[in-house]
Amino acid sequence: MKYVDEFRDGKLAQNIARTIAREASTGRSYRFMEFCGGHTHAISRYGVADFLPANVRMIHGPGCPVCVLPVGRIDLAIGLALERGVTLCSYGDPLRVPASGGLSLLKARARGGDIRMVYSASDALSIARANPEREMVFLAIGFETTTPPTALLIKQARAEGRNNLSVLCNHVLTPSAIMHILQSPEVREYGTVPLDGFIGPAHVSAVIGSRPYEHFAREYRKPVVISGFEPLDVMQSILMLIRQINDGRAEVENEFSRAVTREGNRKAQALVAEVFELRRTFEWRGLGEVPYSALKIRAEYAAFDAEHRFGLRNTPVPDNPACECGAILRGARKPADCKLFGAACTPENPMGSCMVSSEGACAAHYAYGRFKDAEIVAA
Amino acid sequence: MSATQSGYARPLDIRKGQIDLSHGGGGRAMAQLIEEIFRAAFANEYLAQGNDGAVLPVPEGGRMVMTTDAHVVSPLFFPGGDIGCLSVHGTINDLAVMGARPLWLAASFILEEGLPLADLRRITDSMAQAARAAGVPVVTGDTKVVERGKGDGIFITTTGVGVVADGLVLSGDRARPGDAILLSGTIGDHGMAVMSRRENLAFDAPIESDTAALHGLVAGMLASGADIHAMRDPTRGGLAVALNEIARQSGVGMVLDEAGIPLRPAVEAACEFLGYDPLYVANEGKLVAICAEGDAARLLAAMRAHPLGRESAIIGAVQACPHRFVQMKTRFGGNRNVDWLTGEQLPRIC
Repeated sequence: MKYVDEFRDGKLAQNIARTIAREASTGRSYRFMEFCGGHTHAISRYGVADFLPANVRMIHGPGCPVCVLPVGRIDLAIGLALERGVTLCSYGDPLRVPASGGLSLLKARARGGDIRMVYSASDALSIARANPEREMVFLAIGFETTTPPTALLIKQARAEGRNNLSVLCNHVLTPSAIMHILQSPEVREYGTVPLDGFIGPAHVSAVIGSRPYEHFAREYRKPVVISGFEPLDVMQSILMLIRQINDGRAEVENEFSRAVTREGNRKAQALVAEVFELRRTFEWRGLGEVPYSALKIRAEYAAFDAEHRFGLRNTPVPDNPACECGAILRGARKPADCKLFGAACTPENPMGSCMVSSEGACAAHYAYGRFKDAEIVAA
Repeated sequence: MSATQSGYARPLDIRKGQIDLSHGGGGRAMAQLIEEIFRAAFANEYLAQGNDGAVLPVPEGGRMVMTTDAHVVSPLFFPGGDIGCLSVHGTINDLAVMGARPLWLAASFILEEGLPLADLRRITDSMAQAARAAGVPVVTGDTKVVERGKGDGIFITTTGVGVVADGLVLSGDRARPGDAILLSGTIGDHGMAVMSRRENLAFDAPIESDTAALHGLVAGMLASGADIHAMRDPTRGGLAVALNEIARQSGVGMVLDEAGIPLRPAVEAACEFLGYDPLYVANEGKLVAICAEGDAARLLAAMRAHPLGRESAIIGAVQACPHRFVQMKTRFGGNRNVDWLTGEQLPRIC
């Protein structure tokens, strides 16, 4: 496949792997967090870790939009569908996220909730147009990548005077989450999560640009390399991080220059700023309350804000105490460290959110990498 | 027009007519539907008996194999086929991968009120053509009509009977470490062809379903004399699930070579932009075979000699593994698990 195969070339991977091995043989160890679920998925699916020497370790970050969505928010969506009789439109990923009372959106659908999977935010608008007698709510989730389409949906809905469509907004912000991790006691004080640098987001950065990361690189002395989602992108970025550390640099570098600029997509940024404003605080599954880490719909657009329209109140719901998703999302534990992993918690019956989306650290490890935990008897 | 003329006062209005509840009521309307649609399409000596069941000759030698398969595809018509031919091929293939020669089919139809008769005619004609081409007649059947909203246009269940030669045992529990894994062609064509026509997702891609009856290909494989241990047609859940089933049944592991798995560029591209993994996408005209290592080349040659197996390939090997893991060496050069499918494949959001 043109323009994709070039970034999955095994020979080039071998070359980069050799360079990494050579340049990383400094006697120290390198621990990098890939923030995005997209990178976690690529690393697992293509076996990128197999190319890395033992002293270069990847730590999965919290950049999986489904994983960080707290139970309380899914409960709100389920309540809308089952108790308020609305038609709820959602992307595919959140449908399986476990919520309270053993429910999920998929299970709520089996109980009679009108819950529909859409492929884009604009599909929700088409459904609202086709069903003027039904009340529609779009469950908006995701980082900066999926926020502009939601903004557009709201603007279009207002432009055409739709009065049966609103948005349950759960959009979250990447820079605040990275900042939260850097300030967490595990990283700062205990040193239990020694982080040497970040693989920066691909699609998110196409929207926000590379500039927002300059602050962490400077303040926390952590190098950031913005990386595409293809396996060669990831390997090249790991090499760039190793070089920065070896040189004693802590800069923002852009490996994904074919899509990311320093300023990002200004048009999309303007659209988002017009429709959304910062929330003072928002609950992240695994990270808890994170200040100024999410967006809410501006008062001018309140008619399209499901929280306002239905008078919704967020109730935090604690995770299963044995579930290590929180520590895994902060990079403090690995999936296989969790007692529930692969036993009580599997992709079929996820207990924690990291097991839900294929971008979640646990699901990716379960689906692609768990043979590494077991001793394989060769043929 | 003579009042004593056989048949019905007015023939079915195929062009504009629709299924209504009377077509399932057991009365004259139902009799007419059966006569003009089903009997007309499937005409054969057994169906012509016109009784509650077909009386069939007992085949000489061998053992009987029976299978049944319900078909609920949406949309009903897709590039490369439709639910009609699919319902014939699917059941024939279930018999074929058991090593059986398919003999007869039974078909039962659940029709939704409002289904255009033109669609029903098109579907039954496609079924009849597929059955004739395969040499496997539909010898008996049944029709029910459900209210609007309680079906998806049409559901078709087909049951097949075949006969397998004495001494031939193909079974998912017979895979042994060292065995070769062969695949009869490209993966994912059917699933992505159907996906390309889904109402909320239509995209233009030159992808056609691979729906086909595989008993001819299997006959050639058996005639090669290769020691085949197991076969599966990787339909729902795709190649990944078919192989995991065999690995579990046999208590073995497998190692696949991604570079060796045939995949059309258009299917790969469609999977790429939807975030699907082609290993989990359905096929309706492919089979995977496990055979003794030393016979792999001979079996591959026999498969490639058949039009439906031209792109056959050896895609991996069975290995001992207490965890029954199916692993794959990726084209990129790393290793990964090829796990069971979880739920349905859902598109990823970013």
